[in-house]
Amino acid sequence: MAFFFAQFLTGLANASSLFLVASGLSLIFGVTRIVNFAHGSLYMLGAFIGVTLMNVLPGTVGFWAAILLTGLAVGAIGAFVEMVVLRPIYRAPELFQLVATFGVILVIQDLALMIWGAEDRMGPRAPGLRGVWRIFGEPVPKYDLVIIAITPFILFALWYLITKTRVGVLVRAATQDREMVGALGVNQAWLFTGVFALGSALAGWGGALQLPKGGADLLMDFNIIGAVFVVVVIGGMGSLPGAFIAAVLISVLNVFGVTYLPQSTLVLMFVVMAVVLIIRPYGLLGREEVAGEHGQVGAPETPIRPYGPLGQAMVAGLLLLLVVLPFFADRFMLILLIDMVVFALFAASLHFILGTGGLVSFGHAAFFGGGAYAAALLVYHLETPMEIAFLFAPFAAGLLALGIGWFCIRLSGVYFAMLTLAFSQLVWSMAYQWRDLTGGDDGLVNIWPSSWLGETTPFYYFTLAFGIGGILVLRHIIHSPFGYALRAGRDSPRQAEAMGINVKRVQHAAFAMAGVMAGLAGGIFVFSKGSVFPTELEIGASFDALIVVFLGGVKTLAGGVVGAGFMTVVEDWLTRLEYWRLLLGLVIIAVVIIAPEGIVGTLRSRWAKFRGHNEETVK
Amino acid sequence: MTFTRRTLLAAAAALTMAPIAAMAQDTIKIGEINHYKRMAAFAEPYKLGIELALTEINDAGGVLGKPLEFIYRDDQGDPAEAVKIAEELMTRDGAVMLTGSILSHVGLALSSFAAEKDYLYLAAEPLADSLVWSSGNPNTFRLRASTWIQAAMLAEEAAKTDAIRYATIAPNYAYGQDAVAAFKANLKKLKPEVEFVAEQWPALFKIDAGAEVQAIERAKPDAIYNVTFGTDLAKLVREGGDRGLFDDRKVYGLLSGEPEYLEPLGDEAPEGWFVTGYPWYGFDEGTPEQAFVDAYMAATGESPKIGSLVGYLNAKSIAAAIEKAGATDTASLIAAFEGLEIPDTPIGVLSYREIDNQSTMGAYVGTLALQDGKGVMVDWTYNSPDGYMPTDEEIKAMRPAE
Repeated sequence: MAFFFAQFLTGLANASSLFLVASGLSLIFGVTRIVNFAHGSLYMLGAFIGVTLMNVLPGTVGFWAAILLTGLAVGAIGAFVEMVVLRPIYRAPELFQLVATFGVILVIQDLALMIWGAEDRMGPRAPGLRGVWRIFGEPVPKYDLVIIAITPFILFALWYLITKTRVGVLVRAATQDREMVGALGVNQAWLFTGVFALGSALAGWGGALQLPKGGADLLMDFNIIGAVFVVVVIGGMGSLPGAFIAAVLISVLNVFGVTYLPQSTLVLMFVVMAVVLIIRPYGLLGREEVAGEHGQVGAPETPIRPYGPLGQAMVAGLLLLLVVLPFFADRFMLILLIDMVVFALFAASLHFILGTGGLVSFGHAAFFGGGAYAAALLVYHLETPMEIAFLFAPFAAGLLALGIGWFCIRLSGVYFAMLTLAFSQLVWSMAYQWRDLTGGDDGLVNIWPSSWLGETTPFYYFTLAFGIGGILVLRHIIHSPFGYALRAGRDSPRQAEAMGINVKRVQHAAFAMAGVMAGLAGGIFVFSKGSVFPTELEIGASFDALIVVFLGGVKTLAGGVVGAGFMTVVEDWLTRLEYWRLLLGLVIIAVVIIAPEGIVGTLRSRWAKFRGHNEETVK
Repeated sequence: MTFTRRTLLAAAAALTMAPIAAMAQDTIKIGEINHYKRMAAFAEPYKLGIELALTEINDAGGVLGKPLEFIYRDDQGDPAEAVKIAEELMTRDGAVMLTGSILSHVGLALSSFAAEKDYLYLAAEPLADSLVWSSGNPNTFRLRASTWIQAAMLAEEAAKTDAIRYATIAPNYAYGQDAVAAFKANLKKLKPEVEFVAEQWPALFKIDAGAEVQAIERAKPDAIYNVTFGTDLAKLVREGGDRGLFDDRKVYGLLSGEPEYLEPLGDEAPEGWFVTGYPWYGFDEGTPEQAFVDAYMAATGESPKIGSLVGYLNAKSIAAAIEKAGATDTASLIAAFEGLEIPDTPIGVLSYREIDNQSTMGAYVGTLALQDGKGVMVDWTYNSPDGYMPTDEEIKAMRPAE
């Protein structure tokens, strides 16, 4: 019994940092609707700034003052980020801010490396709180008990701020109806900045408070972000008490998981998240999203139509160029183009459900990596000929998408995104931990193509045929009645239903098709690299695809492809330089601010303006 | 679009090639791929070690009468990216061979790539046993001592005590699992009566240290085998120290004595642990080991890490191989690496075994102690891998490619 109680306390202590960080994210999302992917970076900054201040300020007072100041400093950084990066793009399409926050992550990573160096910093002890107290005979660290005691006060203070003060009233009003708050004369811009700063400060405090239990290192940002999203989603996006309950639930479960299922630590959290979302799609204390609440920002989209003669000629010209390229380009240029086409097909498959279907999947890598693994497993374990294994990749990924889609399609918006993320994490953890089958993170190696494709040039044509072919098939589907039905379901589900379209079934089918194409990309990928690792299934891989789709332009047809091309080239170029992450982050932020409709979207409206008739005026 | 792309690429190439072209028109280039950003704490000292060796090599006239040069590229810790960069280094930048990588999975991807395209790859730091054994191939050589032999050295020490009940804690990924399996196999062979009463597998860099310590304590082991490192190690040491986990228990720590992991612990370094590491502060004056430490500190102003030594030995190995080959084509280089001997290195004679392309770099083992508020290894010895390796027959059976 004493042992269980001690374990419970350990869970509660772990929950405190998690709650602080998650409450900040939840607050920011609740008010501004920004999915702040850089929230982990603010937590990391909190840890580094906290360590620095604690080394300067002496004694007990200094320790606690350092924590307080850290929160203020990170809050100020958050305010700066909001004003410079996010404020210019509030009118951009839904979730576009995600891309900007990804740029912020890269910038902060390199700045932190420059300022604090590469070495890990161990957190200083809290003065006077070294050692343990014995509770029913079990040792419990003193500092654990202190932070267990602090957390409810912070929860209470936040609750008081939101429910009892005028600022809180405005914040809640902004959560419900942003435009009305603006109409009543409240300066929304500063309200948003204030909330973002408070959310950032909470992340900073989370980073500083955990110092005596850990330290500061450069991998902290990505290490916490998954858990934070899980907590926010389980609790219900925007709900502070929900975040608290979820943080405690996850942390306590994890402690018991460590004892009774020591191998399961990776997957447990995401299983809980998937179960909660399947039973309660809006989280424990979340509200159901009112249809249209996130509504399409900006002007309604003009109907899509096939390219005119000029567009067709340009595409044909580009294709011709790609076909004749091997006659004058060097080998590496072909390799780069193979990578680009694979990535473009992957991005196009996401773009297909995201742009045309309005389904923002955060876990699309499950199908890319899933396809790659399906082919690799056949080759590795059964010595299947490459040609058959290759065809199995899209098939297996399609089946996987059919299964995952069955669970996910019932949800929409951010909750859909999060459930896809949970499922892709399940797939990832299987690849990572089922070592007998997948080799774990040592991956599957020596998956090379048949000898007739062994040289670069034949493989290049092979990639062109299947990669570009896949992209063209997707485009064709978008222009077919099925594509229009999918679009109708995105823009107006009710009217679509009234017209006799089974929206969910159409979306499910589209999701599976996107899975097939992502799997096809994965199949090409695995034979071009000769190996596959769980890296291809990670959150990061899913986000790479998301970012290029947004960067290219969601509401365009070529968005995914152009975004992928742009990103491959820029990355290939920048990674040669010492501070490439900083530069890449700045490039991403710059593109986001200059081209809020994505690269293709912005080019298109410029072109339309140039031609003299502005389609966007149709309102 | 395509025009812009080509211009961009040309500009990029010009930008990166400019300093190289200015330095020397005719150098022998080595493609070095590493996770400079993702694992900066390990990659930076490693790079400084290479640079030190390069200065020495080029000051002495280079190799085959030409300066030796490394082209450093960052792969972001992504194996697919590493393969792409490898292709570029070999086909466009004129590298004669590939080296680098700390993460095992990137090392394995590069190894498979080298075999497929017939390039030479010298794996610098990746520790996975499969790199030279079950996934081994003729084109891949590996410098650092494998997980197997380091675990075997700890198991040898553990077998000397009367501890029977062991608990293990290792990060839940391939390296951690290999490290536990190797320790178990070696210890059981030496002392069949030992039992493993608890196995803990925290997720890498996401340890829940309090819970792990409670879970191990509950099993009441006689001794603990620990494979955690980095921030996981720091948290485990702190929680375990506070909660009395290490009192009256022997602890065997793989890698815990390496400066990379020991230095951040400061005065909380766990005394009495038996570990593998790198005691750069404890060498005698006049030894080659001390000479390297002096040279490194003079050149960089920092104390060396184990990565510095690996980087240094890496560049020295490559220079020696090219000199022996007398040419820079893959076949000659592979022939040169087979059985290559480099007489004067900080750790004595370094050679590359023909049987599995593994170098004979060994490991330092010793006990942790506190001196002036810092963790150090005391009573350490340098063990060569002889006697810890599997038998030649076992190795041959494991290497399918030969």
